[in-house]
Amino acid sequence: MIAIPMEQGLAVAGVLFTLGLVGVMVRRNILFLLMCLEVMMNAAALAFIVAGSRWGAPDGQVMFILILTLAAAEASIGLAIVLQFYRRHHSLDIDVASEMRG
Amino acid sequence: MEIAFYIASAIAIYATLRVVTNTNPVHALLSLIVSLLAVAAIFFMLGAPFAGALEIIVYAGAIMVLFVFVVMMLNIGPAVAMQERAWLTPKTWVVPAILAAVLLAEMLYLLRDGTWNQAGHTLVDAKQVGISLFGPYLLVVELASLLLLAALVAAYHLGKRDDQNG
Repeated sequence: MIAIPMEQGLAVAGVLFTLGLVGVMVRRNILFLLMCLEVMMNAAALAFIVAGSRWGAPDGQVMFILILTLAAAEASIGLAIVLQFYRRHHSLDIDVASEMRG
Repeated sequence: MEIAFYIASAIAIYATLRVVTNTNPVHALLSLIVSLLAVAAIFFMLGAPFAGALEIIVYAGAIMVLFVFVVMMLNIGPAVAMQERAWLTPKTWVVPAILAAVLLAEMLYLLRDGTWNQAGHTLVDAKQVGISLFGPYLLVVELASLLLLAALVAAYHLGKRDDQNG
């Protein structure tokens, strides 16, 4: 265990979240969008762990487990949608999805 | 010993940068796994060993393997990397990157303000987390199980091959 300033841990979480946000805004491939969403959720989890570690409380890790559950659910549904999308359009371009109806 | 935290943070940030800028999906996935492992190392340093183990087992293990399987099923060739390279022109990424960088700079400026608060001074082990999970957070655990069940049903429904009306 290493005692570090909480602000530096939160800064790392902020940088990781910003990188994921830029990825979501810039990329057009659905697979990369999902990966960047995972990066963003991971950064939020890191912020929770750092804050929980600041107070020595287990609540941060409880929140981390809930974020993990959410990430697993999101990844499974998102990847199922990617497979279905690729099967219908033979493309991973997110702009093609604007033509989907029903 | 604090240098270990800075090294792990630098690896996490650099690997995430490689995820965002890579054009090959498999290479991006491997960089993402490195980034998750570095974050798990930070968890261990901060006195959260249970969260670090879960990060490796569930995130870097299960979720990333799911991504790898989907990339395998999609059968992506070199054409996708070429198209990604064509999409990633500076015209598309400069403005969003500047906007996000300004927001990040603001947040870092606010964090810099004031005194340092020490984190990672106490070890919070799996026992305390379990007592908390099945004590005050019991209802949230039930809701999480409901969410996983809903995700299971949705993934089964979406993954079905509908030949008759598709």
